[in-house]
Amino acid sequence: MPVISFDAVTKVYPLPAGDITALAGIDLAIEKGEFVLIMGPSGSGKSTLLNIMGSLDVPTSGEVTIAGKRISGMDDDELTLMRRDHIGFIFQQFNLIPLLSVVENVEYPLILKGRRNGSRERAHEVLRAVGITESHFTHKPGELSGGQQQRVAIARALVNDPDFLLCDEPTGNLDTKTGTAIMDLLARMNREEGKTVVMVTHDPRMTEYADRTIQMVDGRLA
Amino acid sequence: MTFLDLARRNVSRHWLRSALAVTGIVIGVVAIATMGILGNSIGLMFNDMVSDVGDTIVVSPAMSGTGGDKLTKRQVDDITRAAGANRVITIPFASTFDKMSVGEKRGGAMIYAMPAGDIPLLLEKEAGAYPRDTGTGCMIGSQLAEMSKETGLKLGARVTIDGETLRVVGVLKERGMGFDINPDYAIIVPYSWYSRHYDEDEYDQVVVKVRDINDLDAVKESIEQKMNRREDVVSVMDTKAILESVFAAADSITVFLLGIGAISLLVAGVSILNVMLMSVTERIKEIGVLRSIGTRRHEVMRMFIYEALILGVVGAVIGGALSFGAGYVITAVIVENPDYLFNPTSLLYIVFGMAFGIFTSAASGLYPAWKAAQLNPIQALRHE
Repeated sequence: MPVISFDAVTKVYPLPAGDITALAGIDLAIEKGEFVLIMGPSGSGKSTLLNIMGSLDVPTSGEVTIAGKRISGMDDDELTLMRRDHIGFIFQQFNLIPLLSVVENVEYPLILKGRRNGSRERAHEVLRAVGITESHFTHKPGELSGGQQQRVAIARALVNDPDFLLCDEPTGNLDTKTGTAIMDLLARMNREEGKTVVMVTHDPRMTEYADRTIQMVDGRLA
Repeated sequence: MTFLDLARRNVSRHWLRSALAVTGIVIGVVAIATMGILGNSIGLMFNDMVSDVGDTIVVSPAMSGTGGDKLTKRQVDDITRAAGANRVITIPFASTFDKMSVGEKRGGAMIYAMPAGDIPLLLEKEAGAYPRDTGTGCMIGSQLAEMSKETGLKLGARVTIDGETLRVVGVLKERGMGFDINPDYAIIVPYSWYSRHYDEDEYDQVVVKVRDINDLDAVKESIEQKMNRREDVVSVMDTKAILESVFAAADSITVFLLGIGAISLLVAGVSILNVMLMSVTERIKEIGVLRSIGTRRHEVMRMFIYEALILGVVGAVIGGALSFGAGYVITAVIVENPDYLFNPTSLLYIVFGMAFGIFTSAASGLYPAWKAAQLNPIQALRHE
């Protein structure tokens, strides 16, 4: 069974000047363990696709199944729990919580899930796995470099052992060398841990990491 | 790390802003608590007055009556019987204003006369002894004694009243304004001496002290029925009725003062609302991140309400402590009796002020918290 499946999915934003169709009938299945790139020009519907995959939004019509659950008809709390339990988000701007230390940022999703016992150890374990050294654990995110922050963000995304990682231009704010290191880390997680990775990017060099590249144009798969 | 912990960190992140919001709550709590204590102390002060003289009925000749402006011995006995001798103490007294002199010093004073045995029942003594019916002793009021330099009146002094000399054998305790007699500036003489000296055997008024304050109305009724059967011979006045109207006034003072305090707390609430709204607006992106990684609406809401509660609790605790100090100053300076502060009803106002402060803060945090929880995570994430 695919981790993510889209069946005739449309998304229409009603606007006073006329409806805007962001997704115009998408059929798509992403299998467990795949590394999938989503590419396309601005306005092609990439972000909308990503938002629906991330349970941040629901389709106007069609059926979306994530981790075996249909998301249409889910209320806000159910969608939120979907994100918490099944999806690991990685953003372009890292989006760590500035008030929390590195280890607390990673621990946070575990605490949301009510897992207090052993949460600190689990956070340490994941941080080490993404290449953050112990001496940085108690730092605030602002005290780390961009590459290190993105590693922490990846650790946060991995800590709840999600069904897939959803990455929105994860190297967009990093220099080429750091970006490559982050891509290597994601590729390793995909290869060695069997993590499903879905990534939106503009960067054609990323295709070499992916099993499959999906091109989007005008709300359709090209 | 918990939501409470996160809230605490957010509060201390903008410590100056938080401190200002807390200051508002502190002022509000202190205002409510001290105003409440002030009003309550005034009430307690009146209450003390009631317990001092609230058991008193004063019977005097009726203004329009035909029985003259004095009470006869027979009438006094009738009053005593009507009141029910076992339930009351009746103290008849006469009074006059007369010239007096002590050595070279001359002046005038109010003179009260009552049976020597009744004096201790009505008046407390500060020094010396109570006069006896047979002697020529008298007592002086506390204020007269205090002014002994001008009046020459002190324990042991000889005072000449209308040509006859009496010895001051006792000084009375200060009694303050009363509904019956005002002895602080007066000389108290035994009725036997008064009667002989002024050749009089009638009384001006009868003070009836009720042993059980619950009997007051019944005793009053009984005296009126007995004495005023055919015509108004006496007028009967009880102090409780007068003091009750004073009480009502004290209550409205308390309500008014509390209102002033509540307004200042309301202003503090608006300031918390403002701080919290700022906090939400600044953290839209952060809220978007929290929501996108799985924080539910009610959890976001909880975090912000905790923040408001932290401000409120800190403000209430500081305000409560300061209220205690301010309450002490107020009771010591305005009502001149700091004991009123330690009365449970006064302390309750501190608790009330604190509770109201916390409640106001939580209520002020509700809307910002709700607003934060309702943010669309996609739009919040895009917010810069």
